[in-house]
Amino acid sequence: MNLTGTFAGLGTTAMLVVLLLGAFHGINPGMGWLFAVALGMQERSGAAVGRSLVPIALGHAMAIGAVVLLALLLGTVIPLTYIKIAVALILLGFGVYCLFRQRHPRGGGMRVGFGDLTAWSFFMASAHGAGFMVLPVLLGSFVKTTHSAHAASGMEILSLVSPMAAIMATVVHTMGYLAVTGLIAWVVYRKLGLALLRKAWINLHLVWAVALVLSAAFTLLT
Amino acid sequence: MPLWTPDPTFYPSPKMAMEAPPEKVAFVAMLNVGNGSRKDALGVVDTDPGSVSYGQVVGKVDMPQGDNELHHFGWNACSSCLCPYAPHPHMERRYLIVPGISSSRIHIIDTKPDAKRPKIVRVIEPGEFTRRTGYTAPHTIHCGPDGIYGSALGSADGGGPGGVFVMDPESFDILGKWEVYRGPQNLAYDFWWHLGYDTMVTSEWGTPNMVKDGVNPEILLKGGYGHALHVWDLRRRRHLQALDLGSEQQMVLELRPVHDPRQSYGFVGVVVSLKDLSASIWVWSQENGAWSVKKIIEIPAEPADPDTLPPLLQGFKAVPPLITDINLSLDDRFLYVSCWGTGEFRQYDVSDPFNSKLTGSVHLGGIVRKAAHPKQPKVPLNGGPQMVEVSRDGRRVYFTNSLYSPWDKQFYPEGVRSWMVKLNAAPQGGLEVDPDFFVEFGDMRGHQVRLEGGDASSDSYCYS
Repeated sequence: MNLTGTFAGLGTTAMLVVLLLGAFHGINPGMGWLFAVALGMQERSGAAVGRSLVPIALGHAMAIGAVVLLALLLGTVIPLTYIKIAVALILLGFGVYCLFRQRHPRGGGMRVGFGDLTAWSFFMASAHGAGFMVLPVLLGSFVKTTHSAHAASGMEILSLVSPMAAIMATVVHTMGYLAVTGLIAWVVYRKLGLALLRKAWINLHLVWAVALVLSAAFTLLT
Repeated sequence: MPLWTPDPTFYPSPKMAMEAPPEKVAFVAMLNVGNGSRKDALGVVDTDPGSVSYGQVVGKVDMPQGDNELHHFGWNACSSCLCPYAPHPHMERRYLIVPGISSSRIHIIDTKPDAKRPKIVRVIEPGEFTRRTGYTAPHTIHCGPDGIYGSALGSADGGGPGGVFVMDPESFDILGKWEVYRGPQNLAYDFWWHLGYDTMVTSEWGTPNMVKDGVNPEILLKGGYGHALHVWDLRRRRHLQALDLGSEQQMVLELRPVHDPRQSYGFVGVVVSLKDLSASIWVWSQENGAWSVKKIIEIPAEPADPDTLPPLLQGFKAVPPLITDINLSLDDRFLYVSCWGTGEFRQYDVSDPFNSKLTGSVHLGGIVRKAAHPKQPKVPLNGGPQMVEVSRDGRRVYFTNSLYSPWDKQFYPEGVRSWMVKLNAAPQGGLEVDPDFFVEFGDMRGHQVRLEGGDASSDSYCYS
């Protein structure tokens, strides 16, 4: 197994895609920055915006990490093809569900501490299938890096992959996410104000649903 | 159908909502007490001064069954859809949720594509409502960040407790009773919230059995109607604190919390004091998590010749103001107060809530006063200022004169002839009756008013 040009078994391209997916998740107002801005306004404090981004990013990272780690661990005992089919079905399910039903998260609120915000971010990311959206590119990457060691039968077992790969992917993804969500939160809080929401808040839910369905296709085709 | 960009009637903050365009129509609950079918209706009133039908009922949809007693109603979605913890900004403000307080029936009315021709799209029957919530007599409706909330006066047998229920904002299915822990709360009426503090406030009138035959003097003189507010944890759905105004303060009705989510105070009206028949306005407020309530305005009863009074009041030789509705402008500056008994409508500057200033007063109707409208200066009016609604920009104030048919009969036994008026409010305070806007409802009675696109009591906000 040749690890040159890889990060704990992941290719450079895969890492870049994982980073960009983080950025895509960061744009979504429903996934972090808007909550940070609201909490800043409520406390009349720019510091509160920054402070709330920490648990929001942590919760997002946990949602991604949990799914990625689980998939890679399962990958050590289940053939990759089965995992890919399962992931594709889950993504398709999430996507179709998002297209036809817009769920309204209940039980949330504005008086939230570190734990509440972490949990909120975890559930928002999980409920949108954010972790599963990252999986196809990782699984695709493993096919390529494991090619040299195994026949491309689709029945490979990811026995050589360390949990480091999962952690690495999660960290890179979260960096992309935090950079974008933090930048938008800061610009909106300091400069633009919330009036832009009225025009600029396009229905990312639909974009998101399409992205999930495309990810499902990508999983099966790579 | 989800929208591509947010519904243009959703505003992040109350300040932004004040820049909304003027309403072209108003929706009015119309009660049918007299004629045959007794089917109430939702009426549409033209509020566009440039229109030829300005100040007329231009549309109407009848309820499918009779004896509903339509009272208060609200939107399926509003600015709270923008709240950051449960955002779903691409919903449409489109459906009115219209409960019947006597029937426990809930009507879902579609106001699009033509607001002047609303259509009933779903009716939730009383059996289903009570089976799912345990409640009867649904009353106030508010669109919340995570669903549609409603209050109800009582339980299945017409006694207590009344409380709050939740509806799915898309399917309109009744999801159930809201409370996880009710504490000492038994009576219910109005509810609203401080979204910035995850706090709900509820008020008290009486159970259906206590109110359905009108004001019961025996219950009233014992101080048996509601006289407290309840503060709740909105997230955990638990009772936190009861705020007793004192048992002489009878019937604590409309709640108007400030719209600014950073603030944690609000106004509530008390219909009558047993001590001297006065009516009052109280402010609730919070400091370090502890809530308290304080009287800020008292309006005295006016002495009157018993011959001019209905039997219920003759012994008192006075006409009580009866504050039955209040409303607060979106900038939280002006409080409007309806005195249904004396026929007076007041405007207070409440920029400093504990130091309010009377800035405007208009007389229309009244048990004794019977003040006329400038459009028909020789025609005495009955009923009095009652359900009030304020435009988002704060410049126009509308109200109707009918209250609740059993009360109408007691206080205006000759029969309320129903009307709706519009006042113009000056930006720095002061009220003037619009002489061209005088809606008459014939043998129907106008009750709550909702303005197209939202108004001062329809939307709540998570940003300031």
